[in-house]
Amino acid sequence: MSCRIVNNILYLEGSLNAETVPETLIEVNSLLKYQNPNTIDLSNIIVLDSAGVAFLDELQSRLTTEGILLLQGANPEIQEVIKTFSSLKLEFPAQERKMGFFEKIGDSLVLAGQNFYNVMLLASEVFYWALIGIFSRKGQRKGSFAVQCSLLGSQALPILSLLSFIVGFILSLQASVQLANFGANVFIADLMAFSMVREIAPLITAIIVAGRSGSAIASEIATMQVTEEIDALKIMALSPVRYVVVPKFLAITVVMPILVMFSILVSEIGGGIIAIDYLDLSVYTFVQRSINVLTLKDIVTSFGKSIIFAWTIVIIGAYCGFQVKGGAEGVGKATTSSVVASIFAVIIWDAIFSLFYL
Amino acid sequence: MDAVISIKNLIAKYGDITVLDDISVDIFPGEITVILGSSGCGKTTLLKNILRLVEPVSGSVKFWGEEVLGLDDIQMGNILRKIGMLFQSGALLNSISIYENISIPLELHTKLPRTLIDRIIKVKLNLVNLSEAIYKFPSELSGGMKKRAALARAIVLDPQILFCDEPSAGLDPLTAASLDELILSLKKQLKMTIVVVTHELASIHRIADKIIFLEQGKMLFNGTLEGAQKAGIPQIDTFFKVGRF
Repeated sequence: MSCRIVNNILYLEGSLNAETVPETLIEVNSLLKYQNPNTIDLSNIIVLDSAGVAFLDELQSRLTTEGILLLQGANPEIQEVIKTFSSLKLEFPAQERKMGFFEKIGDSLVLAGQNFYNVMLLASEVFYWALIGIFSRKGQRKGSFAVQCSLLGSQALPILSLLSFIVGFILSLQASVQLANFGANVFIADLMAFSMVREIAPLITAIIVAGRSGSAIASEIATMQVTEEIDALKIMALSPVRYVVVPKFLAITVVMPILVMFSILVSEIGGGIIAIDYLDLSVYTFVQRSINVLTLKDIVTSFGKSIIFAWTIVIIGAYCGFQVKGGAEGVGKATTSSVVASIFAVIIWDAIFSLFYL
Repeated sequence: MDAVISIKNLIAKYGDITVLDDISVDIFPGEITVILGSSGCGKTTLLKNILRLVEPVSGSVKFWGEEVLGLDDIQMGNILRKIGMLFQSGALLNSISIYENISIPLELHTKLPRTLIDRIIKVKLNLVNLSEAIYKFPSELSGGMKKRAALARAIVLDPQILFCDEPSAGLDPLTAASLDELILSLKKQLKMTIVVVTHELASIHRIADKIIFLEQGKMLFNGTLEGAQKAGIPQIDTFFKVGRF
């Protein structure tokens, strides 16, 4: 491709396509520093594609401010390509104005408020149907409660056991070094029992359930939303909340305290290994102190807050699922949002419980 | 006239099942070739084997006389840059706008400045009558609009060959007809060679220069539409008879 300006005519010669346009643009720009052509001669153009036409359009748009710019010498074939690909007379909608920093903050706050309101609405519906569901099984499939108990509960046991054991083991190991310095070996049992029952076991169980079951709930409902299964349920005069969410809600209410109890036991085993092996405590001392140090209030608080965590996870998962927009990508976003929001909410709840039940 | 696509003795299998059995066909420049046949006959599989989205078991596929089976990714990439593909579902990237979907090939395969890329995208969207959707996301478009946006993406690099997999499937007759008109105008204005997979009779009658009829992985006919209707092949006769309204 070559170009030159003679007598105010810009001569373009050769191929003007996606490959040659970037170089031609540089060449033409250097020529235009010194001269302003009023015509572009295309008689020696051999190949022209849409990139070439875009280049000609760009030249015309820039140079017409200096006067009328004409295209001349194009053969019928090249003229046809220009006619097909010219963007000079096209009208397009303007791109939406981007929001400013403070607008974005305000928008996020309004959105958060709306989301909170909608979550509360969904929660009220879930509680209503869950209460009804205790007395009437109408609108729910037979066996759905048992299936959900298995999915949300027993299938989470292996991973929960492993993590609880490791956390108990690590916590005990770290604490034992400090306690041994003061000769307070026996207090490892108190520390493990307190921290596991009141804080760590409910929290770690909730995080695992949010990551495993909360995401599954969100993605299941989101997929149902995308594939119009939720609409199908509505058309069959079935409440999607009652049919899809309530069995999970009731199941997790039952299985969550069991999971927490299991987590406490396994983490105590992990901690006990260190206490017995490293701090030379007897099994009897470790178990007895662990039991004696706990009160009924601790256990009730632990199980109570685990149920609140579970409800939060199910309701947020369901809400993110119902709010899905778009296709497969929307399902992914809903799942991610549900996990992040659930873990955030669980930690906030935990902080509230810690303040009120010190 | 030299064939732009030349397929010889192509055999494709899914496991032990032969889905394409010894297909040989030449496709010539500037023609619209329609691959047709009943559901499950191997139409889409043939398309995927030609483009090596699925590797055939044996045979030969040549683009512009160059054998593509056995080419490495870079060599195949050079061939694919001259080819556009309209997928059955549109296959638009859902996380980005229509503008960005169409700009991807231009940004990654050319060194064009943003102003020119902008102009090309607008022209291509105008060609498919979708100017109003330029800044929308795929999830905001109807099925027909998605297909047209996908077509704009397929033709953004001015491909010499365009493959369309069931372009009018699932569309209402008016939208399907307008998409067919668009395919015809691409052939006329851009002199593209177009290969269309479809079993929509109305589309076949509107756009086909040549047809390839497949039945259970075998090619029963390769020639003009008129030739197919006069060939006296029972399966083809039944196909056209049953499909006529």
